[in-house]
Amino acid sequence: MGDVRQLIVQRAVKEIQDGMNVNLGIGMPTLIANEIPADFHVMLQSENGLLGIGPFPLEGQEDPDLINAGKETVTEATGASFFDSAESFAMIRGGHIDLAILGGMEVSEAGDLANWMIPGKMVKGMGGAMDLVVGAKRVVVIMEHVNKHGESKVKQSCTLPLTGQGVVHRLITELAVFDFTPAGMVLVETQSGVTVEHVKQNTEASFRVADHLLS
Amino acid sequence: MSEKLLHSFADAVADIQDGATLIVGGFGLCGIPEKLIMALRDRGVKDLTIVSNNCGVDDWGLGLLLANHQIKKMISSYVGENKIFEQQFLSGELEVELVPQGTLAERIRAGGAGIPGFYTAAGVGTAIADGKEVKEFNGKPYLLERGIVGDFALVKAWKADEYGNLIYRKTARNFNPLVATAGKVTIAEVEEVVKVGELDPNSIHTPGVYVQRVLEGQDYEKRIERRTVRKAN
Repeated sequence: MGDVRQLIVQRAVKEIQDGMNVNLGIGMPTLIANEIPADFHVMLQSENGLLGIGPFPLEGQEDPDLINAGKETVTEATGASFFDSAESFAMIRGGHIDLAILGGMEVSEAGDLANWMIPGKMVKGMGGAMDLVVGAKRVVVIMEHVNKHGESKVKQSCTLPLTGQGVVHRLITELAVFDFTPAGMVLVETQSGVTVEHVKQNTEASFRVADHLLS
Repeated sequence: MSEKLLHSFADAVADIQDGATLIVGGFGLCGIPEKLIMALRDRGVKDLTIVSNNCGVDDWGLGLLLANHQIKKMISSYVGENKIFEQQFLSGELEVELVPQGTLAERIRAGGAGIPGFYTAAGVGTAIADGKEVKEFNGKPYLLERGIVGDFALVKAWKADEYGNLIYRKTARNFNPLVATAGKVTIAEVEEVVKVGELDPNSIHTPGVYVQRVLEGQDYEKRIERRTVRKAN
């Protein structure tokens, strides 16, 4: 894992509280699973029909009937349950999942998220992302702050097609943590050694700085 | 009741005609009706509309029907695993309707449950809301989505009895139980068919009332899409 991703993942895992039911998106969010404290009782949900994802199997113990939403072989945790896809999304849509941590391509100052269509590439589909962002009690997006051309991915408004409108509660990047409130976007935390000025320089969105900024 | 039990996959799909709408269970390559798909490929029917979360890979699952140019339209939530799909989509041969996964599951469930439409917040304010009725409940907007019923539903389960009661295994359950309810004719392939009375009624996932045809398949390949393992300590 690169330094930037490591930093984001280490910060993101602090969003998970003991006792939560959590859905981790495909890609960088999946890495958070390894960082959850061993003494926490956390049930990870996989939208293809498993509550209680266990570690990856040992070689030779892969079961083709047991995969996660990223289609990787997994195991079931103690206390796990299996269910069908309609029940899985009833669980999500009905507000029974405490927290979803998803990757992002762009987040706007209004809390809009774009994460399902890659510019210039074939449209692959949104999978369960549009359901998760409106259903989970809390939606945290993790992503790198700028793209490979150095342009801010934290936008005044998203340029890519939306996954959801006003759905993000918190955004975590390698530079900062933002909350989305009825009064707008708020910088609540800077990553270690990052100044507010540096965050401002790398952020297209307008935001307010919290009175009690953590760093 | 044993007239539901068939022994030939070719016979099981013999009345599926060109232009049919098929709802197919599975998530990725997990829990797909692999023998029924191969029988459909061999039968060669064309212009199919297929409702399924994914579309297989180039040389397996529903990808076999794509490679054989049998699919006119896919209704799916994620189709990114396959190059033939991309070629046919870009050339205009293949029509695609992308549906959020939970909405797709609920549309199939609703179709099977006799519910023509329902409201969901998934997709509000996005491209998939275009042309859909929006209704507010408690001050929040929701989209009207429609139930789906198929001419045929193709299902993979673990065990069945001759009446068509089905039991699935682990995450191979996925869309299969909903799909089973939503076909005018539902065909289930399983790894083991037992006599009526040999399955525990308390453990049945799909009651046999939904299932019209049952087949036992041999030598399931069950391909793994992303084999991922951890090192032993």
